[in-house]
Amino acid sequence: MLELEEAVKYVGGAYAVFLALLVIYVAIIAVRMERMRGELTELAELAERRSSAADSGAPPAERVTVNG
Amino acid sequence: MSLRMPSLRVMAIATAVVLCAAFAMVFLYAPQDADQGFVQKIFYLHVPIAICALVGFVVAAVHAIRHLRSGDPVHDFRSYVSIHMGIIFGTGALITGSIWARAAWGKWWVWEEPTLVSFLIVYLLYATYYPLRYAIPERDRQARYASVFAITAGAFVPLNFMAVRLAESLVHPRVFATADGGLPGEMMLTFLVALAGMALLFVTLIRFELAAKSTRAQISRLRRALDAGAPAAPESRIAPSAPAQAGAR
Repeated sequence: MLELEEAVKYVGGAYAVFLALLVIYVAIIAVRMERMRGELTELAELAERRSSAADSGAPPAERVTVNG
Repeated sequence: MSLRMPSLRVMAIATAVVLCAAFAMVFLYAPQDADQGFVQKIFYLHVPIAICALVGFVVAAVHAIRHLRSGDPVHDFRSYVSIHMGIIFGTGALITGSIWARAAWGKWWVWEEPTLVSFLIVYLLYATYYPLRYAIPERDRQARYASVFAITAGAFVPLNFMAVRLAESLVHPRVFATADGGLPGEMMLTFLVALAGMALLFVTLIRFELAAKSTRAQISRLRRALDAGAPAAPESRIAPSAPAQAGAR
């Protein structure tokens, strides 16, 4: 049986790995959500421009390509 | 009759509460193992992660069967996400298991041990899912082939499990099938709470992933509709209709 001091390192390491995987995963999800939020904002602006252009009889706004 | 799932927020809170309770029980309630001492605490992390990974693969196979029967892309989508999550949990199981092996047996890996090697084989089998899936550009064919793979590979999981139980263990313990009673009460209770927490985490992350991919698909539809100058299409059920976008992200 390992000494407690030595065993704590391994147990701490295993739980840290779990936590690290979880944090990395949540960070990836957060980045994706942020990217989608940006795209949604841009699409909303595009829709508003289209709407106001249609109201004033002006030609519709140009196509917008975002990082998607 | 269909059961209504609790909201993602409720599930996330429940996951955090149960996992915190489980870890508190691991270090404050569960007794130390007489044989391995403090190192055995890794058991409450490693085994639930491994079980969730394997169950995830079986769930993926069930969704794949439903996809082939109905042709509904939602089931292909769920099968994909289950395998995705199974791979992540499988990675966790391999790393934590390796750390435990080093602490308990003095080696990071034991190639003669059937439990370890068979889990690695299943893991590597599922690791080929991504290249197989994305090697096929056409959406319907991609989904069909991926479903066939998920069913075939899913059949290996219970077979693998039975083969491991039948094989003679060299060093890896057979905790739940011993004639002399297996785990004592406190350890078993702690393990069950840890398993419940990990299962909740697994389901919550799958729902997170499904929600993210569904939102991505909706954005793509909205963009196409706006680009075409037409009104947005009605809400889809998920269906990653833009193959490269919905599937690959």
